Amino acid sequence: MKFTGDRYPGFALRASAVLLLAAFVPLSLCYSQNLSVKFEKFTLPNGLTVIMHEDHSVPIVSVNVWYHVGSCREKPGRTGFAHLFEHIMFEGSQNVPPGEFDKWLEAAGGDNNGSTTTDRTNYWENVPSNALELCLFLESDRMGFLLPTMSEARVNQQRDVVKNEKRQSFDNQLYGQAEIIIPENLFPPDHPYHWNTIGSMEDLTAATHDDVADFFKKYYVPSNASLAIAGDIDPVKTKEMVTRWFSDVPAQNPVMPLGQPPVYMTAQKRLVNEDNVELPRLYLAWATPAEFAPGDAELDVLSNVLAGGKNSRLYKRLVYDMQIAQDVEAFEQSGGLASQFYVIATARPGHTLTELESVIWEEINKVKADGPTKREVDRAVNGFESGFLDRLEAIGGFGGKADQLNQYYTLTGSPDFFNQDLARYKSLAPDGVQSICQKYLREDGCVILSVVPKGKTDLAAQSKKEGK
Amino acid sequence: MNRVKSVLAFVLILALGSLSAISQPNRSGPPKLGPPPALKLADIQHFKLSNNLPVVLMEKHGVPVFQINLLVRTGSVNDPQGKSGLANLTASMMEEGAGSRTSLELADAIDFLGASISAFSGMHTTHVSARAPVSKLDSTLALFRDVALRPTFPSEELERARKDRLTDLAQAHSEPSAIASAMLSKTLYGNDHPYGHTATGDEQSLRSFTVGDLQDYYKTYFHPNNATLIVVGDVDPKTIIAKLNDLFGNWKDGDIPTHTYSDVPQVKQRQIFLVDKPDAAQSEIRIARIGTTRATPDYFALQVLNTILGGAFTSRLNMNLRETHGYTYGAFSGFDYRPMPGPFVARAAVQTNVTDKSLTEFMKELNGIMQPIPADELDKAKNYLALRYPENFQTVAQITNQLSDMVTYNLPDNYFNNYVQRVLAVSEKDVENAAKKYLDPSAMDIIVVGDRKVVEKGIDSLGIAPIKNFSIDDVLGKAPTVEGNK
Repeated sequence: MKFTGDRYPGFALRASAVLLLAAFVPLSLCYSQNLSVKFEKFTLPNGLTVIMHEDHSVPIVSVNVWYHVGSCREKPGRTGFAHLFEHIMFEGSQNVPPGEFDKWLEAAGGDNNGSTTTDRTNYWENVPSNALELCLFLESDRMGFLLPTMSEARVNQQRDVVKNEKRQSFDNQLYGQAEIIIPENLFPPDHPYHWNTIGSMEDLTAATHDDVADFFKKYYVPSNASLAIAGDIDPVKTKEMVTRWFSDVPAQNPVMPLGQPPVYMTAQKRLVNEDNVELPRLYLAWATPAEFAPGDAELDVLSNVLAGGKNSRLYKRLVYDMQIAQDVEAFEQSGGLASQFYVIATARPGHTLTELESVIWEEINKVKADGPTKREVDRAVNGFESGFLDRLEAIGGFGGKADQLNQYYTLTGSPDFFNQDLARYKSLAPDGVQSICQKYLREDGCVILSVVPKGKTDLAAQSKKEGK
Repeated sequence: MNRVKSVLAFVLILALGSLSAISQPNRSGPPKLGPPPALKLADIQHFKLSNNLPVVLMEKHGVPVFQINLLVRTGSVNDPQGKSGLANLTASMMEEGAGSRTSLELADAIDFLGASISAFSGMHTTHVSARAPVSKLDSTLALFRDVALRPTFPSEELERARKDRLTDLAQAHSEPSAIASAMLSKTLYGNDHPYGHTATGDEQSLRSFTVGDLQDYYKTYFHPNNATLIVVGDVDPKTIIAKLNDLFGNWKDGDIPTHTYSDVPQVKQRQIFLVDKPDAAQSEIRIARIGTTRATPDYFALQVLNTILGGAFTSRLNMNLRETHGYTYGAFSGFDYRPMPGPFVARAAVQTNVTDKSLTEFMKELNGIMQPIPADELDKAKNYLALRYPENFQTVAQITNQLSDMVTYNLPDNYFNNYVQRVLAVSEKDVENAAKKYLDPSAMDIIVVGDRKVVEKGIDSLGIAPIKNFSIDDVLGKAPTVEGNK
């Protein structure tokens, strides 16, 4: 569901699924072992924060850079720009001729990718440990010296690639329009989450070379970035190399926080989208508290109670017992300014979304009335615990340790926030989940989107008044 | 005076010292790199349980998790005539009730442990897989054993699975990449070869399955003399082998039938198979011919060849169709090596109105790869393949996959350690010979799933091959109707 705007498809698509897990799978602290990830952190005079973590299990190093800018910083008429900019970052810099970024890395045995969300843009290289310095050269050159050689032609070329990314990931994708329609209705037009990170074709067309320069100067500044290096490293030598390569990246004005207050819906919006699909699909969506804000962890657990596994309430009713749905899922998509909670179910042939919707509300209302059971909460938290352990294995790539250190640092200021994150879940009790469900999963404050086959609007979810 | 001087000198030395400590970076070119590190993997350990069931084990400590896979040498190639999808269905039905537990009880027990246990079938192998924290080792292994050896195949669960698969089949009618894959198997392998069928079955076979079919299939192929256990993670070999002996040691051998399949004729000409997907925003392109087996001595030469053509970001196909022309988000190619010759496929999803131009560029690169390869391009491809190899060994799941390949294709124990040098030993001549032997741009099936009214004329005017038109129903059959339920 969550679009992360990877630079490159294929293997990367699998990788972005990992990122999804890292973002959504919360964790519990039922484990006796100390699960913290040891790191060393320092800040360069230009404001760049550097995080190092040693892991010699395989002879690779992952270099991972987060810029604290995403589509939430885009100007009106320039939606999709943060992601287009991410693509442009691979097109060469003052001392890296066009095309050489990828070629030099591949010749050294390296992989790389980047992705953009509403809140941040990340870049990584996984290389054999002898090639660490190459990554530092490439990352520092584009952090400090992207613009002198940036041409209009290179912007145009990546604009076409990004438009094809939109065609592939949304327009030619089953139900692909839903994730564009929902945020537009969940958040008001002046809210930075109103538009999807992929943006609109018109705005992508409108982006200019000047936009690239402005965006770079404003947001791609060392104090708005953090560099995490994990793997087979010698910390002393690594610190020296990082200091050398990034010392000439000029300091710039700091980026101020957006200061966006939370916005919750105060009405029910019912929408229908006709698309090239075989089966109708229902989306219920709510605006919910931001990542790490009170309520965010409860909503992670609630999503599991509702649709995590065969014994979850919605799966058991809709798919297993009644067999009127092909699938159902629920998740809290956490974001820095606000989160979005989704319930998504696909109707079997012969069934309408109205039938599905009434069962979904019945089950949500049961949680509001009685709360989840203790076993349901424990089962969810145990699953999160294992997911956490799995997350400690991979060094690089999306969702690897370097990426997670940067994620925690960006969101909380503390790279090794693993234990505190776990503690959020460990402390939860069924009645806490219940009261959060009452507070946020409101019938009078949500978006209800029906995606139906073209010409079959009768399959859409009807409101109770219109219904039979 | 002297004192002041010496202090000054001291300050000067300090300043110089700190200057050299943060010396300016040399940005005149990429830094010189030292020699790449060698991958030092833990030993591959071999055991046999009391019933001779082989166990392949690799210790990986650091994170307290483990994975175990039971690999059984059967898959959709063993689907009987008219029963395509049986292997796939049987494997997934193993999760729907096992030992004394119903489907829901089993799922609850697994979820409560925080474990994941699944069963899935490929073409030649079936895997039952479990992963969990080592603190849950015993309970996870007991459930894993139940799923692997004591599946119950309840009839009401078969009805659920049948409905699920028929619905999936209906839904595939609107998925361009699923349509393209099905068309590719059909055109390359035809109806008489097991590679020509979709592993998930067709409407007729899905409607025909009985509990007896599943039980017969399971009883025929699931025996220790047709299986291997693979264990990776933070485990003590002695302890886990003892536990596995208790759980799997009494599993009995069986007579495993063997099947032979006729060779598939190679594609002999160029043909275009156009599947109409009205109003599609992109065209799914597949250009394919029969490739080769995993056992081929040309494996490393072909891997290098494909890396140059379409296996990496800077490969020719992606550089051309994505970076130069902006026709696509990504273009790739690959050999799918199997026990019998699998396909070679070049692929991309391209913007509808440049479908014809994209085909021209594809053909240009397929012709180009038949020419001698420049030395720097060859080196880049070899280094990319060889030096990034250690990335594949970060997690227990990755290592389990590597060991599974080793078992499936009978690769020697020193395979991982020799991989890098075998890639680096590939010569320009090897690559040229491999291209001549396996790629012939004048004899490939070209599959396009897209909006016929927009793309057909342009493709036709290229004059590269005759076009045959198909509907989605021609490829997948009519979308099945799935009976409603109260």
